[in-house]
Amino acid sequence: MARTAVRGRLSWQTATVGAVVDQTPTARTLRLDVADWPGHRAGQHVDIRLTAEDGYQAERAYSIASAPGEPLAITVERLDDGEVSPYLTQEARAGDLCEVRGPIGGYFVWEPAFGGPLLLAAGGSGIVPLRAILRYRDLIGSSVPVRLLYSVRRLEDVIYRDELSVHVEGVEVIYALTRSQPAGWTGYARRVDEALLAEVAWPAADKPLAYVCGPTSFVEAVATGLVGLGYPPVRVRTERFGATGQ
Amino acid sequence: MTRGFHRKRQEVDPSRVPPGQYVTGDFPVLATGPTPRTALPRWTFSITGGQQPKSWTWEEFRALPAETLTTDIHCVTRWSKLDTKWRGVSLDVLLGAVEYDAKYVLAFCDGGYTTNMPVADLTGGRAWVAFDYGDRPLAPEHGGPARLLVPHLYFWKSAKWVRGLRLRDTDEPGFWENYGYHMYGDPWREQRYAGD
Repeated sequence: MARTAVRGRLSWQTATVGAVVDQTPTARTLRLDVADWPGHRAGQHVDIRLTAEDGYQAERAYSIASAPGEPLAITVERLDDGEVSPYLTQEARAGDLCEVRGPIGGYFVWEPAFGGPLLLAAGGSGIVPLRAILRYRDLIGSSVPVRLLYSVRRLEDVIYRDELSVHVEGVEVIYALTRSQPAGWTGYARRVDEALLAEVAWPAADKPLAYVCGPTSFVEAVATGLVGLGYPPVRVRTERFGATGQ
Repeated sequence: MTRGFHRKRQEVDPSRVPPGQYVTGDFPVLATGPTPRTALPRWTFSITGGQQPKSWTWEEFRALPAETLTTDIHCVTRWSKLDTKWRGVSLDVLLGAVEYDAKYVLAFCDGGYTTNMPVADLTGGRAWVAFDYGDRPLAPEHGGPARLLVPHLYFWKSAKWVRGLRLRDTDEPGFWENYGYHMYGDPWREQRYAGD
């Protein structure tokens, strides 16, 4: 298996904010133009560093939203009590400067050689690294069958909605709207549970590979559910964000 | 300089919060796969690679002298959590039951995770196999029934669902170390990635 063991030191590089696209009222995609970006794999993340006028610095890690071969882009969901995400989603505009370091991480990545079928399961902004995988699949003309299960509170919270509504051969998109549904909604209207997974997920016999990203409670439910359906734990790659316990 | 960016968080005590970290009250969860669930009757903790292999059942392990401690933890993803309260068995007790010359260990876990560090970092009252967090049994998503607790290194070294240590003469990279994370991981020297 290919690995991205980092040989030299990963250094901070200046990035210029390029195009910004508001995906939802709280999520924004920012292209980050870096003179010497080494390239990344689908599913990796990048460290971002912001420096205030008084020298104060804040660093955060964000999943990369763009496919390998595309310019670096991140999609950030605003956390109201956050420090970096409100800046990136509300204040940053084309031409602003920050620093980036990366790419980081080498496990939650997909390469065509890993095969499939793929089950991609996203909770909220957990869609971001999975979108990189979907775009990469498209870009390289892979025909690996994909089911994307995407759980959000309401339809307006769907990130990349336009992109995901375009039919792509071999890709099925299944939504679960957990809080409210538009009139006439015929899709899932509850949190992901085992019965839902049993309907949506590829049967274990198909030897699927699953990527699950989202809040801890979502990832726990999906990953545990998939193991219950017979997925070997090593075929369920996860990335969690946020805390436990409500 | 980043136009329009300002500090929003309160200043932190630089003697307690390493560079590049922010303080959170939450307890975020990071793991690479499903949460493993090993039944306690099948759980063991073993140390191999010494003169004699040594293994404890859950009952034997819990009969060992345990300590309660309060410490700060620092995750490489940049959150630090202060004053976390744990109960566990000191690695001095566990390693004290084995004779060895090895300089390094590879910790291994349910789910296949591994991480490496010098043995010296596990001794001298600096590391535990923890089974309680905040006066309660450690939750599975936080590594229960037991996890390594090595609070002076980045928290990926504090392996969840730990099942034992392999003593080694050479420092072999574990799971994240193989993916470019630092072999040692000292938060105070910001050793996040290889070469830092």
